[in-house]
Amino acid sequence: MSDKHDASSVPTTGHVWDDDLGDYINQPPKWWMLGLTVSAIWCVVYWLYYPAFPISNAGYFTKGLGGWTAIGEMEADKSVVDEVRGKYEAKLKDMTPAAILADSELTEYVTRSGKVLFGDNCAACHGTNGVGTHDKQGLFAPILNDDDWLYGGTIDTIHETIQGGRQGMMMAHADMLSEAEIDTLANAVAAGKPTSTPLFAEKGCTACHGEDGKGMQAMGSANLTDSVWRFDGSVEGIKYTIKNGVNSGMPDARVAVMPAFQGGKLSDAEIKKLAVYVYKFGGGQAQ
Amino acid sequence: MNQEMGKKEPGEVTTLYNEFETWTVNTGGQTIHAKRMPGFFRTFKDRAQLALWLPFFLLPYLRWNGKQAILFDVDHNQFHFFSLTVLPQDIWMLSLVLLVAAMTLFAVTSVASRVWCGYFCFQTAWTDWYTWLEEKIEGNPTARRKLDAAPWTLDKIKKKVIKHLLWMLIALLTGISFSIWFVDAFEYWNKLLHFQLPLVGWVTLTMFLFGTYILAGFLREQTCFWLCPYARIQGVMSDSQTILPTYDYTRGEPRGKIRKGGEAVAPQGDCIDCFQCVQVCPTGVDIRNGQQLGCITCGLCIDACDVVMDKINKPRGLIRYASLDELSGQAAKKIYQHPRTLVYLSIILLALSGIVWGLTHMGSMTLKIVHERQPLFVQMSDGSIQNKFDFKVLNKTDKDFRVKVSAEGGVKDQVIIGAEQDPMTHHGRGTSFTIFVKAPAVNIKKDVVPIQFRVENVDDPNVFAEYTSKFYGPNK
Repeated sequence: MSDKHDASSVPTTGHVWDDDLGDYINQPPKWWMLGLTVSAIWCVVYWLYYPAFPISNAGYFTKGLGGWTAIGEMEADKSVVDEVRGKYEAKLKDMTPAAILADSELTEYVTRSGKVLFGDNCAACHGTNGVGTHDKQGLFAPILNDDDWLYGGTIDTIHETIQGGRQGMMMAHADMLSEAEIDTLANAVAAGKPTSTPLFAEKGCTACHGEDGKGMQAMGSANLTDSVWRFDGSVEGIKYTIKNGVNSGMPDARVAVMPAFQGGKLSDAEIKKLAVYVYKFGGGQAQ
Repeated sequence: MNQEMGKKEPGEVTTLYNEFETWTVNTGGQTIHAKRMPGFFRTFKDRAQLALWLPFFLLPYLRWNGKQAILFDVDHNQFHFFSLTVLPQDIWMLSLVLLVAAMTLFAVTSVASRVWCGYFCFQTAWTDWYTWLEEKIEGNPTARRKLDAAPWTLDKIKKKVIKHLLWMLIALLTGISFSIWFVDAFEYWNKLLHFQLPLVGWVTLTMFLFGTYILAGFLREQTCFWLCPYARIQGVMSDSQTILPTYDYTRGEPRGKIRKGGEAVAPQGDCIDCFQCVQVCPTGVDIRNGQQLGCITCGLCIDACDVVMDKINKPRGLIRYASLDELSGQAAKKIYQHPRTLVYLSIILLALSGIVWGLTHMGSMTLKIVHERQPLFVQMSDGSIQNKFDFKVLNKTDKDFRVKVSAEGGVKDQVIIGAEQDPMTHHGRGTSFTIFVKAPAVNIKKDVVPIQFRVENVDDPNVFAEYTSKFYGPNK
């Protein structure tokens, strides 16, 4: 539709089809040629600037003059994230877990970023969000979002537990108690009233579980009066625990081992974060 | 197909395209140098342009409570309008504002055609200012055409350089004025003068600089012809009831020059074919060809024609705002008999009431609660059931404050844990905290019961937000 060029003065290629159609031998418009040239130059520049061409199968290629690498770009992006996290991480480093907990903004940061740490290091046994995992012994690893703690639910004891790990310990009583005695004890414990049978004190259960049967956090013995069970709360399950014990050396003993994380692959800051994260599951207890 | 067409040599235009020959289309081959004539529409256009666009340049400098009064703060995702702060959550109202704007455009166009194009559009306004400057520097249209054709002399170079510099200056000011709607105006100037704008700032400024310079300086009416979608859309909105600048062909035709002595040889209309209407037209159309896409309905031809009619002692209004109905002798209908206008108006009303509802119900705080999914509930050592709720509070006021958390419904004797110290909420952004609700197992009658939470500013109970979530327990 150009007014500037009179089409009829230009010769055609000579090829005519469909009665009256032909091809003019016009030059393409200037702007179009300019675009083509610029694009061609752009291609060459781009080819030289960025990694472009493989040279051999051994992985040699033209590296590009700009020094761009995908991994470099990723690192640069990551440093942006690290910068945001940096101010929190710097603060965390020299704080006690209790101090972190007292700072609502830091607690918020930790509960957000702790999810990944927990997922990578803890969830295998304790389940996503600390719901616990189950196997043939009932509960394999304790539920972390209730308020029943074997070793204590203050922020410091939780921190200590992650640092040093824990080993449950209960003797096997299969050889010490008669079947009837085990049955009586198991029924009393299942009902949540272990002290209702004199056997509880006579047979020495109180030495670990306390005279009231509420356990002793200093040694990690279970509270037998509440409704949360470490292994299996049925009468049969309780009998099994009494007979075989926990980590007792018996082949069929219950297993309760939490590994120590200090000095392992987790840094001190990460352990602190996890302590706060676990505390905030809902069962954390004030000092 | 068509036997009559017969065989044609390549290069000849077939009859299909014959119509093309009668089209008079200005594709930008020549620059339109429109004459400026005083008159009612000239004055109206001048004032309308300024009324709409002076605020564009000046309003960003208005301060309110130590802050910019109107600011689309893109960096912080906020819109400030005097004391009002709109966060992204309420931005749906912006879509209603845009709807009102669009429908107003439609309604006005259906009544009086392209009022926007003729008197308000930035393309029209900026082009008008650019050509006004051009006239001040290079002289009237005849002088300008002569100057364009003249060889390059020192005088010509001087005039051209001054003109283009001034154009660039306006373009620069346009870019700056646009930018300062989105960042603090004074901060922007400070950064600009110290060459410390962020990259996006420079890019925006450059785009506006060259965009304005090219669109208003060179493309001009070509923008309305080939680039602007609204020009085409609006054309569809006029009908035979719409009033627009129209040449009264029944009165004007047959046109012809006035003869000395006033002896009419043949019957003659009022149009003396003086071409004043064409010479003043900023888009270069001939209004006597009837309503056409090139016409932006600015009314300048009406001014020009009226002057001529006065001179030859004929009544004014040979070119005037008239509807096609009026010209063809039909009775003019009332506005309320114009269904499409009514439809547009009712959409405007709907959108406006939406905005009013939104503004009055926006509230100064919002609350969203996510119930923990895994686990849905936890059995505690005393047998009670605990649920975990993730609170997200958006404080839309301009102060941080603490909130009291309470709940209605749920389970009898439930306890709210985690809000004993009244959580702090930060203004202008979301604050999250975790709340636990613990209830005795014996009181749980159903596995899911609704629970309505309320957060409330501890200092001002009128600032509050509510959200209904659910309390989960074991299957019963």
